[in-house]
Amino acid sequence: MLSQLVRGRGSEAGPVVLDRRRIYILPTRLGAVFAVFLTAMLIGSINYGLSLGYVLTFLLGGVAVVGILHTYKNLQGLKIADAGASPAFAGEDAVFHLEFAAPGPRFALNLLNRSAEPVRFDVEATRRASVRIPATRRGRLKPGRFTLSSVYPLGLLRAWSYVQLDHAAIVYPKPGGIPLERMAAGEADTGERPGTREGSDDFAGLRAWQPGDSPRQVAWKVAARSGMLATKRFSDVEGATVLFDWGNLASLDAEARLSQLARWVLDAEQADLRYGLRIPGIEIAPGNGLPHRQRCLEALALFGLPEHG
Amino acid sequence: MARHSSFPPLPAAHWLFAGIALVIAPHAAHLPVWLSALAFAMIAWRWTAASGRLPLPGKWILMLLLAGSAAGILLEYRTLFGRDAGVAMLTLMLALKLLEMRGYRDAMLTVFLGYFLVITNFFYAQEIPFAVYLFAVVLVLTAALVVLNHPASAGQWRRPLKFSAQLLLQAAPLMLLFFLLFPRTGGPLWGMPSDAFSAKTGLSENMSPGSISQLVQSDAIAFRAEFASVAPPPSRLYWRALVLENFDGRNWSRNRGGYAAETTIETTGTPVSYTLTVEPHDKPWVFALEVPDPLTVPQDTRLTRDLQLLANKPVQRLTRYTLTSYLDYRIGRDAGPGQLRNALFLPRNGNPQARELARRVRDEAGSDADVVARILALFREQDYAYTLTPPLLGQDGVDEFLFKTRKGFCEHYAGAFTFLMRAAGVPARIVTGYQGGEFNPVGSYFIVRQSDAHAWSEVWLQGRGWVRVDPTAAVSSTRIENGIASALPAGEPLPFLVRTDMEWLKHLRQGWDAVSTYWDLWVVGFDQEEQIGLFARLGFGIVSWRELVWGMAIGLGLLLAAIAAFVFRPGRRPAPDKVQALYLKFCAKLEKAGLARPPSEGPLDFAERVRWQRPELAAGTDAVVHLYIQLRYGARASSEIYGEFASLVRNFKP
Repeated sequence: MLSQLVRGRGSEAGPVVLDRRRIYILPTRLGAVFAVFLTAMLIGSINYGLSLGYVLTFLLGGVAVVGILHTYKNLQGLKIADAGASPAFAGEDAVFHLEFAAPGPRFALNLLNRSAEPVRFDVEATRRASVRIPATRRGRLKPGRFTLSSVYPLGLLRAWSYVQLDHAAIVYPKPGGIPLERMAAGEADTGERPGTREGSDDFAGLRAWQPGDSPRQVAWKVAARSGMLATKRFSDVEGATVLFDWGNLASLDAEARLSQLARWVLDAEQADLRYGLRIPGIEIAPGNGLPHRQRCLEALALFGLPEHG
Repeated sequence: MARHSSFPPLPAAHWLFAGIALVIAPHAAHLPVWLSALAFAMIAWRWTAASGRLPLPGKWILMLLLAGSAAGILLEYRTLFGRDAGVAMLTLMLALKLLEMRGYRDAMLTVFLGYFLVITNFFYAQEIPFAVYLFAVVLVLTAALVVLNHPASAGQWRRPLKFSAQLLLQAAPLMLLFFLLFPRTGGPLWGMPSDAFSAKTGLSENMSPGSISQLVQSDAIAFRAEFASVAPPPSRLYWRALVLENFDGRNWSRNRGGYAAETTIETTGTPVSYTLTVEPHDKPWVFALEVPDPLTVPQDTRLTRDLQLLANKPVQRLTRYTLTSYLDYRIGRDAGPGQLRNALFLPRNGNPQARELARRVRDEAGSDADVVARILALFREQDYAYTLTPPLLGQDGVDEFLFKTRKGFCEHYAGAFTFLMRAAGVPARIVTGYQGGEFNPVGSYFIVRQSDAHAWSEVWLQGRGWVRVDPTAAVSSTRIENGIASALPAGEPLPFLVRTDMEWLKHLRQGWDAVSTYWDLWVVGFDQEEQIGLFARLGFGIVSWRELVWGMAIGLGLLLAAIAAFVFRPGRRPAPDKVQALYLKFCAKLEKAGLARPPSEGPLDFAERVRWQRPELAAGTDAVVHLYIQLRYGARASSEIYGEFASLVRNFKP
């Protein structure tokens, strides 16, 4: 009943701060067992006239009551923000990131989702927690409602809150079975090979120095500052240019075509080729690099889907 | 068969096992040795298993342990229920539960059982040091509870203890409220197991040679007495408990048969008023000074015709009685032969020498009073000795004592004297009780211990009625005037607390006794009567339980609001992380340059994006990010790297 009430809230965009209206608290089953123990202790104290028995019983009862405050406090003021989601291929797990921030430390939080393993963590000041949710179909995957709960500190009470953020992971089509090398000649437009080594001195970042790296490529400035040898990487593109076209896969149905195109995008990126994509309504000019790969895969993932589905 | 333990993980398990061992330890004082040993062996087993050095026992071993131990308990106590056997079973269950514990739920239940076992300790003692110990155990058990719910904090020993102490302190006001306001009942809810009050020391209703000298070895407190005005001198402090009139040749016992005639009591002088605080001793006798005023006998007690003050129920909790006594009195002057016949009874045979002595004295003496005087003179003049360790006596105990061993304690003298009186035709009986007491100047009251237990005689003399005669005083007058410690020869096994030779110890002890008296009265002895009295004194009149419940509800609301205000008080904001602040400054610079970082984007992702979107900034960004990661997550974070990082960020110009 409660959950239905809350589900009515729908998903929210911004960071959510847990407060009185969002936090629920009830005894756990062990809390009920504890109450039975306390009752037995009280009856024993009454029957045997054990004054210190009363003291102990009321003290433990008091601890349980004070525990309500502490259990509640463990969630109160907790800020939960959408920290993005890592894309996944259909059949794999999409990882949703949530960022938690709290004015003080929060302990033994349990993050639960209908379709994921519960995640348990502490929040010292800020913390990112990730939940893996199986992605079954390409498109946008919404994680649905998260339940954030905790029985800290006593295990006698459970405070919980429901959080549903506008959170979506892009699920790429599951890569198809035909590798790029076996792509029939007719199925790809082979563009002209650029003769020049385009961007041979395009700086593409640093990586840790490895034996065999040319001294000319060591980033000496960085090395002087950080005390660590780093090697400059340069993009050194010299592959062919290919265009993956939806129209060339007529023998397959739509989903299988998307899958196959995804496979080729991956293979092409792997082989350091320049590649472009043409699917109905979308044309991506040839390019190379991870952002380019991501653009292509995203286009395949969201093909034919409404803008916000 | 055997499985290794998985829960709780080790540091958390230490807390749990320590708590359980600490709660079982005091029970070892009264549990059978084999059971305590078994319980500790099981704890040790579980402890070793937690570190993976031993497997846990399988189901069959556990069943065997349970069945065997339960059988042992049954043999030991002849029952599985009742107080002592129940505690033994609980201890066993707790130890077995540890071995059977597999998961979170089991571990939690173990803590609950531990709490329950704490309360059973109060059956056996409720003194301050013991209470302090047990609340320390509760502290550890509560820490174990917290640690079970947050195993990550189990590693440090300070944090769980501190948090547990915080919880208990915050619960203390609630405890106090409920302790004062929870409506107390007059008595038990149902019949208690018969052994609920066993193992209490005190006077019994029989006296045989040795029974009192055994009691005197204990320095346990029998009762305390606070006089309203000036206290009588110690030699007049005869606290009367029982009158033993029946004699079977060896044992003296109470005459339970009633007499038709009332005893007349004539009193002179001013009465003394005093309040007794009687320790529970599970017998009905109350210890009034000779003799209590029959007109001001407290409620729930009655005065028998031989002036024993008996409570209507055995004294099972600390009880206070306000009494008035007359120290100058004459009782039973008009007693007729029918009433005295029992006080002359002797078994037909036995102790021929004593009978012979009595006959001789009778023949020489002019009156009953003269018989008394001559026998006392005999005790005084011949070489009788007062000792706590008298030789054992055989069949004709009186003869042996009078003519052979000549060493005895008060019961020997009172017994032999009374025997001689009866043999000489003087009605006589034995009175047991306590004599004297130690004055505590801190609380200005007398402490009467079991070591003050005493026995004396009463003889009936024509025209004077029942007269107290203390033959021990004839042998050792210092016993009556200065107490037992001074009366016994050096080297006698006296209880430690009764010794008089250490002044500072005595002062310390008296201060401590005053504290524990208030503890006993106001904490341990807080019952329905005290509760009603407290609220009456506070001006609430006689409170009903309905009012008490309202009081609890309102008090709970107010206290909870106050505690909540304390718990949710705004804490200090954590000092902003300097590294983080610099990184945010760096991000702000990049944002101005059109490269905004959403909060969700990690530093590596961000650097990757910068490299792609603004390759000319990549080198600088990479350097900053590299150092940032080293400072935040690296093992080599140092102030040098921080300085380098700070200057890189400052000089970074997109």
